[in-house]
Amino acid sequence: MTAEQHFQVALRLGDDAMILGQRLAEWCGHGPVLEEDIAMSNIALDLLGQARGYYSRAGALEGLGRDEDQLAFFRTDQEYRNHLLVERPNGHFGDTMVRQFLFDAFSLERTQFLANQTVDEDMAAVAAKAVKEVRYHFSHSSQWMLRLGDGTEESHRKVQQSLDDLWPYAGEFFVADDIDEAASLAGLLPDLSHVAHAWHARVSEVLIQATLQKPTTTWSQRGGKHGIHSEHLGFLLAEMQVLPRTYPDAAW
Amino acid sequence: MSTSAKEWPLWEIFVRSRQGLGHKHVGSLHAADAEMAITNARDVYTRRQEGVSIWVVPASAITASSPDDKEPLFDPANDKVYRHPTFYKLPDEVNHM
Amino acid sequence: MSPVEMNLEARFEAYVADEKKIEPKDWMPDAYRKTLIRQISQHAHSEIVGMLPEGNWITRAPSLKRKSILLAKVQDEAGHGLYLYSACETLGVSRDELLDDLHSGKAKYSSIFNYPTLNWADMGAIGWLVDGAAIMNQVPLCKCSYGPYARAMVRVCKEESFHQRQGFQIMLTMAQGTADQRAMAQDALNRWWWPSLMMFGPSDAESPHSAQSMKWNIKRFSNDELRQKFVDMTVPQAELLGLTIPDPDLRWNEERGHHDFGPIDWTEFQEVVQGNGPCNKERLAARRSAHERGAWVREAAAAYAEKQAQRKTSSTEPHAA
Repeated sequence: MTAEQHFQVALRLGDDAMILGQRLAEWCGHGPVLEEDIAMSNIALDLLGQARGYYSRAGALEGLGRDEDQLAFFRTDQEYRNHLLVERPNGHFGDTMVRQFLFDAFSLERTQFLANQTVDEDMAAVAAKAVKEVRYHFSHSSQWMLRLGDGTEESHRKVQQSLDDLWPYAGEFFVADDIDEAASLAGLLPDLSHVAHAWHARVSEVLIQATLQKPTTTWSQRGGKHGIHSEHLGFLLAEMQVLPRTYPDAAW
Repeated sequence: MSTSAKEWPLWEIFVRSRQGLGHKHVGSLHAADAEMAITNARDVYTRRQEGVSIWVVPASAITASSPDDKEPLFDPANDKVYRHPTFYKLPDEVNHM
Repeated sequence: MSPVEMNLEARFEAYVADEKKIEPKDWMPDAYRKTLIRQISQHAHSEIVGMLPEGNWITRAPSLKRKSILLAKVQDEAGHGLYLYSACETLGVSRDELLDDLHSGKAKYSSIFNYPTLNWADMGAIGWLVDGAAIMNQVPLCKCSYGPYARAMVRVCKEESFHQRQGFQIMLTMAQGTADQRAMAQDALNRWWWPSLMMFGPSDAESPHSAQSMKWNIKRFSNDELRQKFVDMTVPQAELLGLTIPDPDLRWNEERGHHDFGPIDWTEFQEVVQGNGPCNKERLAARRSAHERGAWVREAAAAYAEKQAQRKTSSTEPHAA
């Protein structure tokens, strides 16, 4: 594995957490009930913390002196390496929970490997903290899948639609490219085919309980890991990056 | 405009702040079920590492003593000073007992 | 009033005068209960409406550290709203009823949150001035006569001091930053100063509920006393920041031992309270929309909980022999 590939791995981890955290933070003040508003903010805060940890590692690997903020605020959408799923707009609460659930189930496998098995000790340190958080996130989003799936007729219909809409974006998790393969060979990241197996088992178990139909489509949208994003990311970044880019000399 | 659906029930939250201490009432919140009450309590009442264990109790399940019974319930204990260790004056040599 | 009630009322007054706490099930005069419901719910509403002007900048916070701090702060405000709604519910009113009153415009909330947040320094000014003024109002409430309110306020005040400190730190960073940042800091102070002074409410002579609330130990200091204390505390802080408070009449009065300050525009205050502030409509619309858009979610969770409870009962029922 090259140093550049190692850097890219850290960046992908950071970008997933960054973009999903930014999305969830949009909910703050607008949740369906006060208690859930607080819960979503907590998850967003965990993700921001994870992003900062992975970015610091990425900056160190790159060796050009870029810190977490330079990586977050001074890269274009094409330089972002997150999966397409996490940049999907919030939609309604069901959309947000399905996005979270599909991601959490994936993140849990990946983070567990990083916490226990990866050869990168610095990333393992970030993951050791993150793994507890992600376990909680997955339990939170799974509970909501059950409540919405097995709640009222309306909620069942809505969340099934969310699942059908977002499912094609989850496939990208498991499409290994040369970076994934090199990282897996080097013991940095888990083998994605193993992750896929565990993910399907985890997700299916919850969906069955939630009385939801697992979508049958095998087609997956892809491109995020290589910087080819949806139209949504540009707007998300324009908003997120506006201050540092308008006042590049300022410290905050 | 008005809320037609039934509100989620109210839960009373008790948090054990450290191992070895008892659970203490910290407040209440709304949740649809016990599981949600636990996770909500975690997010609402332990954001600053205030706890190591949580109890949730449906507010409707609590029976409280009536304030009108304050006197018959609690005043009789007033004159039973002999229940308190300080009631017993001992020689200095054994006063740490 | 019957002799029994008179007796109860006299006992209540003596109890409160003795600095003792009233608890939910204790007898209390109807007017005391109503005053508390009004005040605590207004306070709770202020916390959750207050999330919106700051929430406006979470997605644009200029560093990841600031983003985390701001998100944590706004989240705390949701928590404070929750503690306060809970305290209010002990008085026999449901959260849904309270929210309905907010959404219909019947209930009031602190009018400061009807002003817009226009630049990042507003996050500093809100923490420094608005939270500073709020703390000054709130610390005495930790000792108020109603137990659940006092206990909620103890929690709130503990968390608020982080809010004010992070706000001042933003102001300090901006005031010592680039020319653009200094201009933003001054602009924020210009816009938030007067509304912050208004937060203490009308002057004592005009304040409708003050006297009774003081007697009941719900209120401890008069609006004017607290406002003066706030001005005296804030002037040297502004000096330290190198920013100018937008009041030409502001000066130290040796004789009084306090700062004199210019007249407050109470017409503006009344207008904002009546719904004519720059953001009243947006704030209420945002709260209403969140509540309405969340209805199906709340219903789903309630339905699921009911199903689960039924499943539990039917699975524990003894099987027919």
